[in-house]
Amino acid sequence: MSSGLSEGDSFPKLLISNAALRAARPAMREKEFGIWQRWTWAEVLDEVRSLACGLAAAGLKRGDKLAIIGDNRPQFYWSMVAAQVIGAVPVPMYQDSIAEELAYVLAHSEARFAIVEDQEQVDKLFEIRRPQEKTGEAYIEKIFYKDSRGMRSYKQDSLLSIADLQAAGRAYDAENPEFFATEIAKGNGGDIAIILYTSGTTGKPKGVMLSFDNIIITARNSVEQDGLSDADDVVAYLPMAWVGDNVFSLGQCYVAGFCVSCPESTATVMLDIREIGPTYFFAPPRIFENILTQVMIRMEDASAIKRRMFKFFMGLARRVGPAILDGRPVAFLDRLGYAAGRVLVYGPLMNTLGFSRIRLAYTAGEAIGPDIFDFYRSLGMNLKQLYGMTEGAVFVTTQPDGEVKADTVGKPSPGVDIRIADSGEVIFRGPGVFREYYKNPQATAEVKTADGWYSTGDAGFFDDDGHLKIIDRAADVGRLNDGTLYAPKYLENKLKFFPHIQEAVAFGDRRDEAVVFINIDLEAVGSWAERLGITYGSYRELAAEPRVYDLIADEIAEVNRDLANDAQLAGSQIHRFLILHKELDADDGEMTRTRKVRRGFVADKYAVLVEALYSGADHAEIETEVTYEDGRKGAMKADLMIARAATTTAPAPATMKIAS
Amino acid sequence: MTALAEAPTPLAKSFGGPILTVENVTLAFGGITALADVSFEIREHEICAIIGPNGAGKSSMLNVINGFYNPQSGSITYKGVTRTRMRPHQAASQGIARTFQNIALFRGMTTLDNIMTGRLLKMRRGLFWQAIHWGPARAEELEHREFVEHVIDFLEIQSIRKTPVGTLPYGLQKRVELGRALAAEPDLLLLDEPMAGMNVEEKEDMCRFILDVNEEFGTTIALIEHDMGVVMDISDRVVVLDYGRKIADGTPAEVRGDQAVIDAYLGVVHETESTS
Repeated sequence: MSSGLSEGDSFPKLLISNAALRAARPAMREKEFGIWQRWTWAEVLDEVRSLACGLAAAGLKRGDKLAIIGDNRPQFYWSMVAAQVIGAVPVPMYQDSIAEELAYVLAHSEARFAIVEDQEQVDKLFEIRRPQEKTGEAYIEKIFYKDSRGMRSYKQDSLLSIADLQAAGRAYDAENPEFFATEIAKGNGGDIAIILYTSGTTGKPKGVMLSFDNIIITARNSVEQDGLSDADDVVAYLPMAWVGDNVFSLGQCYVAGFCVSCPESTATVMLDIREIGPTYFFAPPRIFENILTQVMIRMEDASAIKRRMFKFFMGLARRVGPAILDGRPVAFLDRLGYAAGRVLVYGPLMNTLGFSRIRLAYTAGEAIGPDIFDFYRSLGMNLKQLYGMTEGAVFVTTQPDGEVKADTVGKPSPGVDIRIADSGEVIFRGPGVFREYYKNPQATAEVKTADGWYSTGDAGFFDDDGHLKIIDRAADVGRLNDGTLYAPKYLENKLKFFPHIQEAVAFGDRRDEAVVFINIDLEAVGSWAERLGITYGSYRELAAEPRVYDLIADEIAEVNRDLANDAQLAGSQIHRFLILHKELDADDGEMTRTRKVRRGFVADKYAVLVEALYSGADHAEIETEVTYEDGRKGAMKADLMIARAATTTAPAPATMKIAS
Repeated sequence: MTALAEAPTPLAKSFGGPILTVENVTLAFGGITALADVSFEIREHEICAIIGPNGAGKSSMLNVINGFYNPQSGSITYKGVTRTRMRPHQAASQGIARTFQNIALFRGMTTLDNIMTGRLLKMRRGLFWQAIHWGPARAEELEHREFVEHVIDFLEIQSIRKTPVGTLPYGLQKRVELGRALAAEPDLLLLDEPMAGMNVEEKEDMCRFILDVNEEFGTTIALIEHDMGVVMDISDRVVVLDYGRKIADGTPAEVRGDQAVIDAYLGVVHETESTS
């Protein structure tokens, strides 16, 4: 089946290699009009060729930037490679950004052209462009759109559909038949392949410049390490502006030659995954968590027999599943029971989720709850963790097969050297380390040394087996007033492992004790409330319900018991908490677009509440500003209850060893 | 660089001649007069709103247009053909499709199947071919399915394609009903309170779909709606009924300033009220 890996030091060259090695094999699929449309590698080459020629004919030059804004669509992946053919640099941007955020990235990247999905994005670009035209600033000159719906009355000559762009490209190609090959030959591995703007938990986004070598060498190493081939299937559903999608759906895809499938719409992703049945799958922990929550909710509504069967076999799977997956010895009877469970429970469950064919799955970005992690592994999914970031083209450490643990991120990836600085910060060097931040040498100098060492800003250590363990952001690790070590993210993650808690924000640095804000999970708590007959009309009402406070207080008490076992962290138990009246939202600036809480921002915005948590009050009033999806703003007033959580005073004699 | 300083502005809409002319229509149920001597025109490609207080005869008007009620006097001229009596299926085959005030979908059937029923009048194969579902009938079904998929894509309801409509939230059911009407490829689309019971976001979505249908396919739309904001925003023309009579007819701006309309909505003491 497999025709081997493709050769080439740039994506256009890899594309030519793929079109020669496996011309008739599928390269991309997209579900449209209810049917999976398919393109072979030969067809993709043809599409990219017409796009590249079209962009050149429209005036895009070597070194220019091309903004790409939309959901995962084949045309956008092709556009990225098409831009690279003529030496231009694609800059994918988050499609759900509001105009203001987009404006910054567009201006900073100096993008001349944009390829966008639909009217929504076109309107945003015009909104950004209007004032710029008056002041004479540089602005997006040409916009190419995919979806012509609602665009009938737009008659600007700076607007063109992608189909028209390709038609113009074909005409240009017919006149200049040598152009495409000549342009590809001009590129090499050292060229900048892409600029990715990191959402950043602080300050303005930074443009990470990655070369072809950064992405392709990293992708090649990981493809070889995990044995990926053109027989694999991947669903591209994570934002194109995120480094992971570029490495999985473009880097590894072009090196191994496997087929990438694009979902029909963001609302159909889970259905589409089920239809495709990917063999290689990446999802951040929150997606694995959501799927598990869904399964648990649906099981609670299932018949008694099914519930009992699920409980019995899941118990067995948790006991022996991971051992069977890792090929460790397991008693014969357990093995037999597991085989029966596979027929009765695990197989049908994995099939329902679309995970039957998964050979390899990764998760990264945040710590994953041990329960969630074990759930998938016990069902036989080879779920592993990796540690990576935009500045390292994803792969920094990965867990090798057979050495998978819930609380580490694995061993250094091929070609990567890792050191732990005296401050506890993780520092590494490797093929994926980015060139520099675009137009920001100062920021580059802060994190990257001349000989290629990159400071991650994460605090961590190696355990006895040589696995890296990340505990928190180096800058966030603090101390309580009595000198106790306080790692907020560690607390938050422990809380978030409970299905009822969506987000937690901990405070405690230079304070007497640790306190938290809680965001409940509407779906999980809602379903819990329904079973108890608690009525509620909105998120806000549910969040203020005293019985929900009791539920959360119990869960915090459990975290405190757990912390008490740890000599270093026993002092940072959570004393008081409150449940926020609104969900933390990226539109309000409380989270990044990748849904990481911006703790500093939250602390400032809700300063009144933080003070109330320390003042001993039993309630606090707050008025906050909320931003709706269309960018309008409104005010929200609330009176929040503050509750105390039980702490465990007698810590068991603990032995915690920190290796370094 | 193109020196384009303007934001996208829709081209001025151009309307054709009248697609539907209602002349002196009177409709009574026993002693109750639902419509009294109502006349107006709907021109091709326009969005015409029919508004009025409760019981003004709006739904009756739609029912007369699509042949569900037959007026006692007056005539309806549709695409140049005048008739006094028309059966609903004749209206449908002539290109008039509608949605209902109280959703009238097949609750146990999926979104896809419900919208497919909108294609029924376009299917040419008889019961025999449909039953064996092979050869010509299959080819025909594929063709219709393709059209229905375009409707699904247009209304962005891919994720509920295979969901039984009875389990869907109200706003989505309304959208499926619009889909079924669109599947009939109507020339004239009648919408009976398309936004009733919706929240702001659902209303905004529905407005966008109505405008897009009108713009993309050139479909003429007659709609009944209570939300005045919506009516004033999306209509090209507004016809106001009160107690079965037409009291105003014009652009949203004209109607807004009309004293008779203001009286009807704010409630001036009517003779009929004072006698009761």
